[in-house]
Amino acid sequence: MNIGDLINGPRTKDAVDSFLADNSFPMVEGSSCTFVWRGQADAVHLKHWVFGLPSSQQLQRLPDTDLWHLTLKLPEGSRVEYKLEVVRNGHGEWIQDPLNRHLARDPFGANSVAAVDYQVPSWIHADPSAAKGHIDEIWIESKTFGRRGFGLYIPARFRRSRTYPVLVVHDGHDYMRYASLKNILDNLIDRLEIADVIAVLTSSPDRIHEYPDNERHAKFISEELVPYVQRLLPISDQPQNRCLMGASFGAVASLSTAMRYPGMYGRLLLQSGSFAFTDIGDRNHRGPLFDPVVSMINRYRADPTVVSEKIFMSVGMYESLIYENRSLAPVFSSTGMDVRYVEARDGHNWENWRDRLRDGLSWLLPGPFLHVYE
Amino acid sequence: MARVIALLGPQGPTPDVGEVLRDLGITGPVALVRAGYQERETEDSELIAALGVPVKNLTLHARGNEVFKHAPEYTTAYHTRQQRLRHMQAFYRTRLDGTEDAAKKISVRYVEPELLAQEEKVSVDVFRHMDNDHVERCQAVRTAFDKAWPADKVASLAKHRRELRVVMDGTSALVIAGGHVASLHNRLQMFDILATNGDKPIVAWSAGAMVLTDRIVLFHDYPPYGSDIAQVLEPGASLVKGYVVLPDPRRRINLDAKTGIQQFARRMAPATCVAMDHGARLIFDGDDLKFAKAIRLTTTGAAEADWTGEPSRFSTPHLYGVHV
Repeated sequence: MNIGDLINGPRTKDAVDSFLADNSFPMVEGSSCTFVWRGQADAVHLKHWVFGLPSSQQLQRLPDTDLWHLTLKLPEGSRVEYKLEVVRNGHGEWIQDPLNRHLARDPFGANSVAAVDYQVPSWIHADPSAAKGHIDEIWIESKTFGRRGFGLYIPARFRRSRTYPVLVVHDGHDYMRYASLKNILDNLIDRLEIADVIAVLTSSPDRIHEYPDNERHAKFISEELVPYVQRLLPISDQPQNRCLMGASFGAVASLSTAMRYPGMYGRLLLQSGSFAFTDIGDRNHRGPLFDPVVSMINRYRADPTVVSEKIFMSVGMYESLIYENRSLAPVFSSTGMDVRYVEARDGHNWENWRDRLRDGLSWLLPGPFLHVYE
Repeated sequence: MARVIALLGPQGPTPDVGEVLRDLGITGPVALVRAGYQERETEDSELIAALGVPVKNLTLHARGNEVFKHAPEYTTAYHTRQQRLRHMQAFYRTRLDGTEDAAKKISVRYVEPELLAQEEKVSVDVFRHMDNDHVERCQAVRTAFDKAWPADKVASLAKHRRELRVVMDGTSALVIAGGHVASLHNRLQMFDILATNGDKPIVAWSAGAMVLTDRIVLFHDYPPYGSDIAQVLEPGASLVKGYVVLPDPRRRINLDAKTGIQQFARRMAPATCVAMDHGARLIFDGDDLKFAKAIRLTTTGAAEADWTGEPSRFSTPHLYGVHV
């Protein structure tokens, strides 16, 4: 039974019970995605973060029932995170969809996930046959920031006799928690798709101020953290083997660090970069936190320079930042840097960033798969 | 009788190399190279069982590490050479990308088909020029290194070469396994194994087969980042002349992509491109191919699974001619 049958048929309690029992939700039929909520309320809204669609859409109550529904058309491959707002007595409460078990976690909690013809990549799950790297937590006394901790991922077959590329991951602990980074590194290394890499997982207690074009942050990463890890472990001194990575403001931090230390980082992985800019004036609609970003990107667009050798950019089609990222990719390319730009039917969220990691890491830090013929 | 060389497809879980040794009348002992497996080169018990003859693993990877440990100046020069080769590979790769982009752009122009066909040949020529240039420049880097660092100038290297000569004197054939093709190629060169082996038979598969040909060609139609273009790594040992060996095609080559196969075969002509799955064999007696069971990729874009070794002939002998 689909929603049409229920609308046209007898709208009894049994019919609603049977409709809910027979289907999984949200209901996906072709490109139609039907959201459903059951209960007493004054109104129910779908809250999502799909740029281009109204961010709040009202579910309709099926007359004579307590069932609310809304059908959206979503293109194939779409993945949308959402919540439901249930309004009672003038008060709206945001909840996860009780009929949908598929959740995506992030630092603010979890959202429900609707997907049309989307498959969770197999390589994000722990593979029992893949050799496992390990993670240490290390504290350093930073001249810039005082005592700071960071995570250190060491690949499974680490040997002191070899040298390794280093991947500095902004918000690295969140990448581990919400984007399965540990499984992904283990799996892709084991499959020879990415190089055996040492990953440095940084997390800032004040990322909103430290990440947007902050000289102190760039100095901490480039003059303290990377050299410290280089003293600790056999890390290659070639720029081709140094990669900065981050999402959102973390991408801004990666780019601004590379800009401040030209020639040091040969690889950048920038996901959904918050690269706000203006074409005239310096006022932006995103608020004062973005002011340093706007200054930085405006300066860069006026005089683009080489800041790395290869840049992998990814962004969701359903996030507003697609405009900025689409605009910036050809600017990067115009300098001669090798740029790969990827869009996905997803939003500004950790699972989108997770799903693009194989593309990005295997291109920036390729493993020996091209050289191994057994 | 000239030297016999047998090239095989990947061995996988049901190796056929023992059968090939028996067919060739090799009863051992054989010298085994597993340097392509790097630190795992001595994990060889299953392979030794499959070979079915006495085996002496030459442990070239470990020996190389020993040399690096005891000859710091040589090691620095060696690593500098390798770094230079890696950079050259990356730049050549970047040029291939540019040429591929240009070829695509030209191929969709609204002009007479005859001109497009001519331009396609020009594009293939540009690839061929880049491949040739890359091979020559890589060879020049290696030649310069060998001149600057003759083996007798590096005591630990000379010692290992002497030891290996003694070990190989007592063997009746050389067996070269697959693995990391660049590591394998480097170690074979470092210890001059192929010259030391002389005219004794060689049985090799996958990366081991690739290093014996004129050119080592890296390829993968399904890289994790989407698509890629085949690239020449370096000149091989040229013990097998006129063939490009492409192991494991079922996993690595889109055999239905006629245009891709056509372009690749034209680029490599007049060499014969041979895709080798598990069970494939090429048996050479000197320069003569005596037996073939493999897939030939042709300049018409075909993947000939029933090819049995007849030589490739081209309508134009040295370039992008069509198989006739």
